[in-house]
This record gives sequence, C-alpha cells and structure tokens, in this order.
Amino acid sequence: MDISILQHYWWALVSLLGALLVFLLFVQGGQTLLFFTAKTEQQKNAIINLLGHKWGLTFTTLVTFGGAIFASFPLYYSTSFGGAYWLWITVLLLFVIQAVSYEFRDKAGNLLGQTTYDTFLFLNGLLGTVMLGVAVGTFFTGGAFIVNKMALTQLNAPVISQWTNGWHGLDALGHPFNILMGAGVYLAASTLALLFVIKWADNSELKAKAKKQVAIVGPIFTLGFVALLAYLFCLTGFKADPTTGILTAVPHKYLHNMIELLWPAVILLMGVVLVLLGLSSQVFCKGKYSFWLTSAGVVLAVFPILLCAAFNNTAYFASTVDMQSSLTLQNSSSSYFTLKVMAYVSLLIPFVLAYIAYVWHVLTNRPEKEGGY
Amino acid sequence: MNTLLTALVDWSRLQFALTAMCHWIFVPLTLGLGVMIAIMETIYVRTGNDFWKRTVKFWMRIFGVNFAFGVATGLILEFQFGTNWSNYSWFVGDIFGAPLAIEGILAFFMEATFIAVMFFGWNKVSKKFHLLSTWLVALSVNLSALWILVANAWMQYPAGMYFNPDTARNEMIDFWAVIFSPVAINKFTHTVLSGFTLAAVFVVGVSAWFLLKKREVAFAMKSTKLAAIFGLVSAILLAITGDGSAVQVAQKQPMKLAAMEGLYEGGNGVKISAIGILKPGKQPLDGKDAMLFDISIPKGLSFLAYGDLNAYVAGIDDIIKGDYHYIDRKGEKKQGIPMTERMERGRLAIDALKSYQDAKERSNAAAMQEAKVILEENFDHFGYGYLKNPKEAVPPVPLTFYTFHIMILLGGFFIILLLLSWWWSRGGSLEKRRWFLHLSLWSIALAYIASQCGWIVAEVGRQPWTIQDLLPVSAAVSGVKAGTVQTTFFIFLTMFIVLLIAEVGIMLRQIKKGPESSQ
Repeated sequence: MDISILQHYWWALVSLLGALLVFLLFVQGGQTLLFFTAKTEQQKNAIINLLGHKWGLTFTTLVTFGGAIFASFPLYYSTSFGGAYWLWITVLLLFVIQAVSYEFRDKAGNLLGQTTYDTFLFLNGLLGTVMLGVAVGTFFTGGAFIVNKMALTQLNAPVISQWTNGWHGLDALGHPFNILMGAGVYLAASTLALLFVIKWADNSELKAKAKKQVAIVGPIFTLGFVALLAYLFCLTGFKADPTTGILTAVPHKYLHNMIELLWPAVILLMGVVLVLLGLSSQVFCKGKYSFWLTSAGVVLAVFPILLCAAFNNTAYFASTVDMQSSLTLQNSSSSYFTLKVMAYVSLLIPFVLAYIAYVWHVLTNRPEKEGGY
Repeated sequence: MNTLLTALVDWSRLQFALTAMCHWIFVPLTLGLGVMIAIMETIYVRTGNDFWKRTVKFWMRIFGVNFAFGVATGLILEFQFGTNWSNYSWFVGDIFGAPLAIEGILAFFMEATFIAVMFFGWNKVSKKFHLLSTWLVALSVNLSALWILVANAWMQYPAGMYFNPDTARNEMIDFWAVIFSPVAINKFTHTVLSGFTLAAVFVVGVSAWFLLKKREVAFAMKSTKLAAIFGLVSAILLAITGDGSAVQVAQKQPMKLAAMEGLYEGGNGVKISAIGILKPGKQPLDGKDAMLFDISIPKGLSFLAYGDLNAYVAGIDDIIKGDYHYIDRKGEKKQGIPMTERMERGRLAIDALKSYQDAKERSNAAAMQEAKVILEENFDHFGYGYLKNPKEAVPPVPLTFYTFHIMILLGGFFIILLLLSWWWSRGGSLEKRRWFLHLSLWSIALAYIASQCGWIVAEVGRQPWTIQDLLPVSAAVSGVKAGTVQTTFFIFLTMFIVLLIAEVGIMLRQIKKGPESSQ
C-alpha cells in the first residue's frame, strides 16, 4: 500500500473524529442552556441529568482527536500546539473546568459553590466551542510560523517550529473566517442541544421553551453555515506539487477541491439537506427524528469540509509568513510503518462505535426500573 | 541566550512536573479501587446481599470524584507534549504518538462509555450487564495506564526505532519491540501494582477511621479484609517488580542507578544504603566522600543490580570516565566510553545530519552516503552533542537518592501494615487495636508520598534526557518565552490548588456520610 493512501486514510479518520466531535459538542451547547433556557433549579437539573452521562464521550472524542493528530501528523502537533501556545492553552483551560464540574457541582464541600461550577459549564459551552472552532479555522487560514527541521543541528537554539509573532495563536482571533467558524461551531452545538432537550428532557416547560428557541437559533445556524461556506470558497489556499512538494497559492482553492473531487461536495450537499430536513421537521412537524437528522447532517457537512482542508494536494496548515513551511499530508505525517500499524488498530473503531451506540440507547431510551436490582 | 533557554527549560519542566504529579494523585487510586469495586460487586451479584451493594456504591462515589480530576489533568498532559515540548513531539512523534492514539481508541472510549453505565445504569440494565460494565471500567483504567506507560518506557529505553536523516526524526520499525520491551513490561506491572497498593492502603485507612469512630463496623471490617488481601498480594508483587525495575535500570540507565544510590565511586561488591544522608555540596569528580552517614547492607547493590555479590557497579565518576558497561537500545552489551568522547561523537552525529541535508540539497549522493555512515556510527551519542559539560549528564543526586529510599522503606512498611490488617481483621481483633487504626489512617498520606516518590525517581533520575541518550530536555522544548510558560505555570498552579481543596473537601464529606447514605 502506498504511503499516500495511508496519509489520506488518516486525514479522513481525523476529519471524521472532528465531525463527530462537532456533533457531540451538543453537550457544550446544552451547558449554555443552563443560563439561556433553564429558569428554575428543576429545569437546570433536568438538563444536567440529560448531559451527565454524555459529557465523557465528548471529552474522550476531543482527547482522541488530539491523540490521532499527534500520532498521524506529528509535525502539526509540534507546530500548532507549540506555536499557537495561547490558543491551545485557552481551549485546554476551558475544557478542564468542564471535567470536574459535573462531578463537583452539587456535592457538599465543593469549595466554590454550585453557581461557580455551573458558570464553568457555561463558559466551557460558550467559549470552549468558539475557541475550538477558531482553532479548527486555522486549518484554512494558517498561522505565522516557520518550520526548519535542520534547526535541530543548531546547538544553542534547536527549535524546529517557530511562531514569528508574540501573540502565539491569539492572532487567530483577528481573522474573520476563524471567528465565523467559532460562531458556527457554537451555533451547531446550541441547535443540537435544543433538539436534544426537546427529544429527551423530562420537563414540559423546558421543552416548550427549547422549541421556541430552536425556531430562532436553527435558522441563524443555517444562515451562518451558508455564510461560512461562501467565505471558505472565497479563500486562497496553497497547493503542493505532488512530485516536488513546492507550494503555490491558488485562489478559491477549497471550492476547487470540492469541484475537482466531487464526492466531498455530494456528501456536503447531503449534510446540508439533512440539516434543513431536521430543522424544518422540528419547526413545522412533530420532529420525532429532528435531533438525529440534524446530527447526521452536521456530521456529513463537517466531514467533507475538513477533508478538503488537506485532500487534493492542499496545505492544511498554511504558513502566512513562509509559504514553503506550510504543512501538507506529505511533509507532516508519521512514517509508513506507524501509519500502517495504526491503520490495523483503527479496524476496531466500528466495534467501539457499536458499544457506544448500545450504551447510548440503554441509558437514554430505556425507562428506569423501580428499585433497580 | 543560554540563560533564557535554561529558564524556559526549567519552567517547562516545572509545569510538566506539576501537572504529572497532580495527575498521579488521582490516577493510582482509580487503578486499584476500580478492581476492588468490581470484586465487591461480583460478591453482591453472587450473594444478593444488599450490604455489598451499599459498600460498592460508597466506594464508587470516591472513585467518581477522583476519576473526574484524573481526566482533567490527563488532558492537560496530552496537550503539554505539544505546547511545551514541540521539538520532542516531532523528534519522536512517530513512535510516541501511536500508543497515545491507541490509548484513546481502545481504552478511553471504553472507560467513558461504561463508567456511565456504572454510575447511571443501576436502574436501567441487568445485574450481569452492570457487573460487566464495572469490570470493563476497571480493565479500561488499567489499559489506559498500559499505553501511556509503554510510551514512557520507550523514552527510558528507545527500542524498535531508527533515525531517519531525511525527516530528521526517529521512526518506528518494530511495534512489538516498543510494547514488549523489558522496560515497558516492568514499568507497567510496577506502576499498576503501586496503584493497587495505594488503593488498598486507602481503603484500609478509611475503614480504620470508621472503626475509630465506632461507625459502620461490619462495612469497615469487610472492606479492610478484602483490601488487605488485595493489597498484600499487590505489595509483594510490587517489591518483586521493583527489583526487576532496578535490574533494568542497572543495565540500561547506569547513571540513574548511581544517582539512586548516591554512588560516585563504584567497584566490585558494592554495598547498598538502607538509610543514609548525603554530604551537602558533593560534586562529581571532586574525590570527596558522598555520605555523611549511612546504614548499609554489604554487597547489596551488586546483588540487587546483577544477582552477583561481587559484581561491578559503576558510580557517577566511573560513568563520566567511561568505566562502565550498559545494554544499548538494540539489546547489545556495550563498553562505556568517557563522557567527553560521547559529547564529541554526539556533535559528530549532529554535524553529519547537517552535512547530509546540505548534500541532499546539492543532490550529491556520494556526500549523502558518507554523512549517513558517520551519523549512523555516532547516533547512539546524538543527545550528548547538545551537552556543554560532562556534569550536565548527571541527574540531581539528592532528590533521586532520597525519594528512592523513601519509596523502598515505605514499600516494606506497607507489606507489614497490610499483613497485620489482614491478620487482625481475620481474627476480629482489629477494632480493639486503636494505635494500629491510627497508624492505618495516617498511612494513607504515606501511600501518596511513596507513589509520588516513585515517579520522581523515574523522571528526575533520568535527567537530562527526555529520550535516553538521544534528546536532552534543552533540545526538546518549544520556542516560546520563559515568561509565557511562567504565566501558565501559575495559572495551572492556582487552578490545581483550588480544585484539589475542593476535591479533598468533597471526599471527606462523602466518607463522613458513610455507606448507609449510598442506597
């Protein structure tokens, strides 16, 4: 098997994990409902009870997303994490406060009080999703870095990847596309959270309020997503020569990727249709399957967008200061052997997805037995 | 420039050490407690006795509080490999990243999925499925440990790889050599058993508190008996794997062994210190005595390291002079060479890498081949090329020495403590021995001290290396300013202190509630 196939396989897996992560961020969206939707303690508890056994899955997907990038594209891990230091540290802090909050919030002796932990959950839900979106946006807008592997031979300063400004990643907040991406991820999370609450919450007032809100947030998300796509298709990307690896700027690169590859465009279109179907079924009908239709739509829409960041010889992390330092699948991946070993391990993923789906079904849909066992 | 780099390296190390130590406060308890909870639930399912259900639910509450903080600090560690050690991430990402990804796919998802059943599934799933979930959680927390410990072991003994001059990094060539290296096997078993022992001492200590308060006597006695047996077996196996670890260190990291024993001048039939105090200000090659005071076992170190009372064990000075043997990363026994020569050969390797790339740019195949030969001949010394002084290859001896000895002494103490706990709980006389109950309670703190000391020995003892002999910390760090890392260090420190106080507060309240409120 050619290394290029493995590189593309692993980017596809990373993209799939990224798309599943955006779907699972409905947990984060749900946490913002604690302040935006729930008005009583009872309503807050209804939301917490719903999300309490789901947050771990989102958190694990984030960890595995990071681990998969580290394993398959270590130069990205090295360059982006080490360079865009403040951006990633901010994301990190916003997720760490979530991990303890579910367990600590209502326990006696928790030092900070329930309101503080609920605020942590809210901050994770709002800023965590936005900042994660901004970080993902840099797959398309790049960063101010230089890569020089031969710096390893400079005994006094052997740093391979250098960020060339003092903002260390906070400069990503200055790019409108990244902000739009951050807002898009948050809106997707909120929309899915509202649909989740409508489907499963055990509180009629909360459900009614969520129904009203989704009629507003859903269309904003749809319009925001269309604007994001339009912006994406206007961006200039870098194309790598498959033989020499030399990069050149190509206007509308991501639009070209969709058109030239075609099948990601078809998946994207299917995703958009499913999102529209899911939202309209909620607004205009009973919406029994709205959550699942919209979720499937989000996964199908995000997956090809992330694919096109790197497929078709595209630099998925462009350097804004030195084009030839930009990262491509070819120049940043792990070795053939490592990618192959991990590809064998990845064959277990369907099994993992199967038991996750079964446990989801059992915990979410099955009614409680009186007294348990 | 050098001062700035030193400050950056120091703050980066401090930040990583802070996070790792904080992580290791919570993880070992979950490793052992998870298994004990699964055993308790098995008894409940087999007997149908509600007493065991209450017992399981009580310990599960403690497990849950710990688990959350462990997850949070685990994420920080994963990110910090990239944010603070970016050169390292590239240099060894091809090997190190793979276990991390496998850990995510195989262990973390299992953990996150079945812990939800364990906590929220009591009234939704069958007895057997709940029990299976509890066992899967116990298995997955230990599986998580397996993969990260394989990665850590590889940093101590980089087997199964070669250096690719085209990509300027190490690449994996033998997956099985990485996961089944003798260092990895020992590290995994020793670390997991230390978690089991800590959890057992924790359960015995908490149960002792109930007995001192004359509350929940039946719960406390049964918990003690189970934990004491589990802990005793673990602690004995811990001592055996500890001996195995020492043998591996003697073969592969002789400098670490010398630091662990404060041994500067080695020889044949070397003693081992049982208790000792190092002379302050002692430096390598100064010819002065290392010990201010010690009680030692004659020929003990020679026997511990090589199974031979008269075996030669090298000291720090001997290693600097090149008078030692070691097992290299291909498993071959090698004669050591003087440190100054290793540094020269390291620079030769680094220069050869540069020459290789220069020749590649000029498309000069002959020059590339010539540079590659020099690089391969000297690659085992690559990391030494970054050192400026042979003494930089010596780890902080006092910290390594004292933590090693504290760990060993406490390890022995736990065997006695758990043996007596089991014996007296078996005979039913435990609750009358109040001095012993007080000792058991305070031993919880000692278990955490021993556990932290173990990691300090492992990590401080291998300084200055991130990858043994190949990459010192000074060449592994990210290109950020020391002030930036200093700022994030204090952010993490504040966060950890606040959350730690909250965590301990919650745990104490949960313990005080007792098992009766668990129904």
